[in-house]
Amino acid sequence: MNADEARATVLAVLATIAPEANLSELELDVEFRDQLDIDSMDFLNFIIGVHERTGIDIPEEDYPALETLAGCINYLVAARPAG
Amino acid sequence: MSGAVKTTCREALRAAIREAMQRDSRVFLMGEDVGEYGGCFAVSKGLLDEFGPERIRDTPLSESVFVGAGIGAAMNGLRPIVEVMTVNFSLLALDQILNNAATILHMSGGQFNVPLVIRMATGGGRQLAAQHSHSLEGWYAHIPGIKVLTPGTIEDFRGMLWTALEDPDPVLIFENALLYNLEGELAEDAGPVDISKARVLRSGTSLSLFSYGGSIPKTLEAAVQLESRGIDPEVVDLRTLRPLDTATIIDSVRRTHRAVIVDEGWRSGSISAEIMARIMEESFYELDAPVARVCTAEVPLPYAKQMEDAALPRVETIIEAAMNVVGGNG
Amino acid sequence: MAEFLMPSLGADMTEGTVTRWLVQPGDHVDRGDIVVEVETDKADMEVEIFEAGTIEQLLVPQGEKVPVGTPLAIVATAAAPAARVALPETSGPAPPLAEAPKPAAPSPAAPRPRATPTARIRARELGVDLAAVHGTGVAGAITRQDVEHAALRRAPEPAPRAEGRRLLVSPRARLLAGERGIDLATVTGSGPGGSITAGDVERVAAPTAVAAPSLPSGPAVEVPSGRPRAAGRGPIAALMERSNREIPHYYLGIEVDMSRALDWLKAENRKRPVPDRILASALLLKATALAAHEVPEVNGYFIDGGFQPSATVNLGVAISLRQGGLVAPAILDASAMPLGELMRRLQDLVARARAGRLRASEMSSGTITVTNLGEQGVDFVYGVIYPPQVALVGFGKVTERPWAEAGMLGVRPVITASLAADHRASDGHRGGQFLATVAKLLQEPEHL
Repeated sequence: MNADEARATVLAVLATIAPEANLSELELDVEFRDQLDIDSMDFLNFIIGVHERTGIDIPEEDYPALETLAGCINYLVAARPAG
Repeated sequence: MSGAVKTTCREALRAAIREAMQRDSRVFLMGEDVGEYGGCFAVSKGLLDEFGPERIRDTPLSESVFVGAGIGAAMNGLRPIVEVMTVNFSLLALDQILNNAATILHMSGGQFNVPLVIRMATGGGRQLAAQHSHSLEGWYAHIPGIKVLTPGTIEDFRGMLWTALEDPDPVLIFENALLYNLEGELAEDAGPVDISKARVLRSGTSLSLFSYGGSIPKTLEAAVQLESRGIDPEVVDLRTLRPLDTATIIDSVRRTHRAVIVDEGWRSGSISAEIMARIMEESFYELDAPVARVCTAEVPLPYAKQMEDAALPRVETIIEAAMNVVGGNG
Repeated sequence: MAEFLMPSLGADMTEGTVTRWLVQPGDHVDRGDIVVEVETDKADMEVEIFEAGTIEQLLVPQGEKVPVGTPLAIVATAAAPAARVALPETSGPAPPLAEAPKPAAPSPAAPRPRATPTARIRARELGVDLAAVHGTGVAGAITRQDVEHAALRRAPEPAPRAEGRRLLVSPRARLLAGERGIDLATVTGSGPGGSITAGDVERVAAPTAVAAPSLPSGPAVEVPSGRPRAAGRGPIAALMERSNREIPHYYLGIEVDMSRALDWLKAENRKRPVPDRILASALLLKATALAAHEVPEVNGYFIDGGFQPSATVNLGVAISLRQGGLVAPAILDASAMPLGELMRRLQDLVARARAGRLRASEMSSGTITVTNLGEQGVDFVYGVIYPPQVALVGFGKVTERPWAEAGMLGVRPVITASLAADHRASDGHRGGQFLATVAKLLQEPEHL
């Protein structure tokens, strides 16, 4: 997965979590939590959404790496789908 | 999409008559002074030269006779347009209209219908005093068996006639005489219009102003002034008083929750009373204020200008009624 | 001038009988003096007074049973000796009072109440119905003071409007108020003739959300501030208003060591695939549900003056909506549900709440409610109970704290669990047991 695909995946999942948000204004390095009114349930659903679209198994320890758009892109570009 | 032309209600109506005569050879116009004189309100001016005395027929001063003749012509396959000079003279033909035109279909067991159109001028405001200023369209709307149209816009002056002629049953068109001179834009390709639906002329949220015929320009002006006071009125042109388009009325009330009816008739037993009743029947729980109305004072209409003005619905009285209904909730 | 009131001598006391007065008008009393003996359903008690002054008048004779809060005596306090009861004596016409529009004149057959002439005049002035006044004068005659006290007793009632006529309410406003549970008597009309319009009802539905953040302190923590008001605020506003008006809340808090629970959760989630992972919230909910099952006094409804415990725990969960607003749908029979199932229900409930697809049964079936405000950085929740429920459990955020256990000091993740409970249904002792049970259950997460 390249960076553009990763970004598109992340934004698509976020759009289902925070449908009211203008994701085109999302900043790369600011936590979603501070930009999108996201709670832990939303974040879990985000992780599930990314998992379902990419097949990547994301352990809980890695959650902090996925708290910003830039972090997500880096993580997804580096990751390999399970199996 | 063609362009728009500037015209008047009178010219639009004349164009409608001309079109009907051209489209259907069964159509003819008859009434007092419609030929040589060109009509009391000059609606048919020039049509005698164009269509000849067979189809533009002057009649004796006997409404009962020529309305009755119109009924007979309609029953025998023609499509008459009968012009009655004003609504007060129509009372002389009331027996023909109410007892014959409106009932023959029923009395003949459905054998004979009466595809007749009767046009007449209605309304006050021209200093013609108590005997020539009536607004009796609400009265006629009481009668099953006829349709009652009240054009209030140039489009409807242009478009209602043909649709009325197409109708298999008698249709009465009440033309507010003050509107003949009303100027406005009309699409070059304007033609027949639907006559079964009321029309929202202006969408709004604060209240619904229901109006028709000669009160339409006043109501629209009141709406403009109300807007400058922070009120956002909806204006609904009823267009047809019988059958009333209850669905559009109720739909509007469901959105605005307040209603004012502007009706140039006298209030007791008026069409405004009927509309209020239907609003109660079908949308009581939507109402956020008592329904109000602006009608003509219940007096024989005065001759003196300022007295007549005071008796008729005016822009100011419409605004006042609307403000009262809206209260502090504009 | 002060009123000495029939006190509440127990959570369940609604009325009491004056069995014996120990003072008489003219007697001097000091704070703490025993002045009257009162009999309740359960016991006879001596009642002390909290004002110093002179007993001016005894309002309730011996042997009479009156509701809690009824004035029993008037005391002229030192601060305001002999001051007359504050009554609108200077105003000319009688003020409109609630009882004024009696539908019909008293039937001629009814005996004329015995009253002094000045009492009759005063009763007319104040619009007091003499038949409803208890006389303390000679042979039970009604005195002028009796009339004035009767008027005074009535004064705290909401001011009648429109001269006591039926409220003017538009049909739409009436419908809306019914839907949102709003008392029309609390609404000011702005429509034609002062009538109440739908807009007026909506404005009343709003203020809790607007006003609460400006409260100096206290039980407003729950209200999100600075967010646009959503449609859902209306019913919540009315409910919260009712709660604070009717329910005698008490508050307890307990700090809970979350290290075992969070460690267990981390290990558990490592075993679970992404879609099946469990949030700490679910653990808190499960512990609350089990504790509510063990301490039934916090689980049920207070209806018709009595507490009805519920056999099942239908756990209401306060869910904030994305565009502002709050709903508290219930997870039915939560205490009997395995943790994974509870998590799935929670996930489903949050999703449907935010999509506006909750079922009516979920909205009305909660027997106790939990609100978790930890994510907002809140430490302690002073909750407002959802009537007719009797308890609201709050959780704050998990923070690292120094924690002493078995003589050792360590740093532990700690959360504060709080309980707002209805004192009519439970007392602090049982409330404390409930919170302790929550804490204990969270120490054994594998059993949740």
